Amino acid sequence: MPDQEPLLNVKNLKMHFPIVRGFLRKVIGNVRAVDDVNLVVYPGETLGLVGESGCGKTTVGRCIMRVYDPTGGEVMYKNRAGKVVNLAKIPSSELKPYRRELRMIFQDPYASLNPRMTVMDIVGEPLTVHGIARGKELEDRVADLLKCVGLRPEYMRRYPHAFSGGQRQRIGVARALALDPQLVICDEAVSALDVSVQAQVLNLLQTLQRDFNLTYIFISHDLSVVEYVADRVAVMYVGKLVEVTETRELFASPLHPYTEALLSAVPRPDPRRRSERVVLQGDVADPAHPPTGCYFHPRCRYAKDNCKVDAPALREITPGHYAACHYAEQLKLRGI
Amino acid sequence: MDTKIPLLEVKDLRTYFYMEEGVSHAVDGVDFTINRGSTVGIVGESGCGKSVTAYSILQLVSKPGKIVSGSAILHRIPRRDGVKQVEMVDLLKLKSDGEELRRMRGGEISMIFQEPMVSLSPLHTIGDQISENILLHYKVSKKDAMDQSADMLTKVGIPKASERLAAYPFQLSGGMRQRAMIALALVCRPSLLIADEPTTALDVTTQAQILELIGSLQSELGMAVMMITHNLGVVAEMCEEVVVMYLGEVVEQAPVDALFHDALHPYTQALLRSIPRLGASKGTKLEPIEGTVPDPYNRPKGCPFHPRCAKKIAGRCDEIRPELVIMPDGRRVRCLLYQKEVQNA
Repeated sequence: MPDQEPLLNVKNLKMHFPIVRGFLRKVIGNVRAVDDVNLVVYPGETLGLVGESGCGKTTVGRCIMRVYDPTGGEVMYKNRAGKVVNLAKIPSSELKPYRRELRMIFQDPYASLNPRMTVMDIVGEPLTVHGIARGKELEDRVADLLKCVGLRPEYMRRYPHAFSGGQRQRIGVARALALDPQLVICDEAVSALDVSVQAQVLNLLQTLQRDFNLTYIFISHDLSVVEYVADRVAVMYVGKLVEVTETRELFASPLHPYTEALLSAVPRPDPRRRSERVVLQGDVADPAHPPTGCYFHPRCRYAKDNCKVDAPALREITPGHYAACHYAEQLKLRGI
Repeated sequence: MDTKIPLLEVKDLRTYFYMEEGVSHAVDGVDFTINRGSTVGIVGESGCGKSVTAYSILQLVSKPGKIVSGSAILHRIPRRDGVKQVEMVDLLKLKSDGEELRRMRGGEISMIFQEPMVSLSPLHTIGDQISENILLHYKVSKKDAMDQSADMLTKVGIPKASERLAAYPFQLSGGMRQRAMIALALVCRPSLLIADEPTTALDVTTQAQILELIGSLQSELGMAVMMITHNLGVVAEMCEEVVVMYLGEVVEQAPVDALFHDALHPYTQALLRSIPRLGASKGTKLEPIEGTVPDPYNRPKGCPFHPRCAKKIAGRCDEIRPELVIMPDGRRVRCLLYQKEVQNA
């Protein structure tokens, strides 16, 4: 896949939120939610973005969507017409066509649907806003979309409260697909669902990806879900990428100690394989006051003296496998 | 634990919610036993009644919910010197606002909740909240209570515990808050800890820390743990015995190994097939359970799982409500497939 031209190329993306204090709202510091992130997404693939809460994975998604105006860096996106544009820089008045091509699915299906709108209005709204369909045609399009996501079109006059969590998430998926997007950012799209329903929605997302030739950025903290859906995975820690590679490679032979700890922390649904866990001590570092050197060094069991001073850069250790650790070559880390 | 001395026996527990829309049978005939020192997992999807079961044991169900029938027998060893006689108390017969039940809550049986930010008081310091529990159950001075609280905070892995006593919950991170709540629950050395989704709101790394902590404190204090969760991974890692619930009923109870490797009930089997597992290759399709958990106001006739069941017997499963069958090896399953076997045998 890397031979292809990327659909999205994120370069040195930075998103800093100022911390203000006092009556004059003086800026006393910055929360470096996203700090120098480089990501490439190829057409048709699913890129998993994982990390603990507060690591900046959602902020990356929102910067790509231009929900936030990034502090720095570029988001080079190849649009339908084949032209490459920098989404981080174009004026917001010119963003509207890209709102059709980049869509988002949210975590909480209870909070992300307006309770006063019918399903017809929710799924049809993007079509009306972009002047694509009206009246009877709109209704037909909405009915088709609902069928695509496995809901009965007869339900389109109902309000969200009449649906279960899984069905609501399907409505959210239908809304995202309404404009025939290229790239869909799924932000914890199945995290709020029950296990049996989660599987339904995951399978739906995969079927739709095939049928509509979609590219996903799949943001999640659940590694077993990411392993299931993603082609490649990027691991984030305190605003920085620490490891990027193909999914199977990442799970079998991680090169960053944080990835190793993250993998071993996942409880396995098999009592015969109670894992010997690498239990991380302490909490995630505060992105407003990150540690010196490698951000992970206070929790890293392999840390040496220079880790406290030198921040490691993300480098290609083996072909296609990037990690940000001084000792990536030496360490023998345990995968799954 | 090999010696199976029962600690809590729940029998035929029924808790209904009387709503305008109708009566919701949140818990509808639940039986299970928790042995001393053991870890029992209660699993099921949201709305299956696992939390209401836990709340019912301590009579914490609020209106319009009502415990309709059943018993929860606690085999307690009274905390008086020299007395080793086991006393049987039916927790459901105690007055819900009475002195005796108040002594049980937080003393004999403690609970930790999913969201520590909501269940700790934002207006009191951690130290106040933990020492309050000690002062309620023991006759000690305020200072001793504070010292014991600091010890407990150290035990749950909070650094600089004596300074943290003065901290408010919002000053702690999610994992630290959950640790503080565990300290609060365990400070009176309960014989049973009810953990209601204790790690659901936490990251995997913090979850691993908390599970490790509960495990080590359990062996240290010799308490039993009732672990309520929807995460089958947590169950596999922590529990010895598992109770699977569906729509207010126990559908299967088995030792953890048997449940994960040879599940009997079609619901348990389907649940295990529907979860993504680490190490399984990409491209394999998950097998979801079709449909959704039915509305508790209109329970399906017969077996509550039959509309979603791949193995249903037409004409029987939609008519007959299955009984809990005790298999020869002691496992329990509520399914007609096994009831028939028993009848033929």
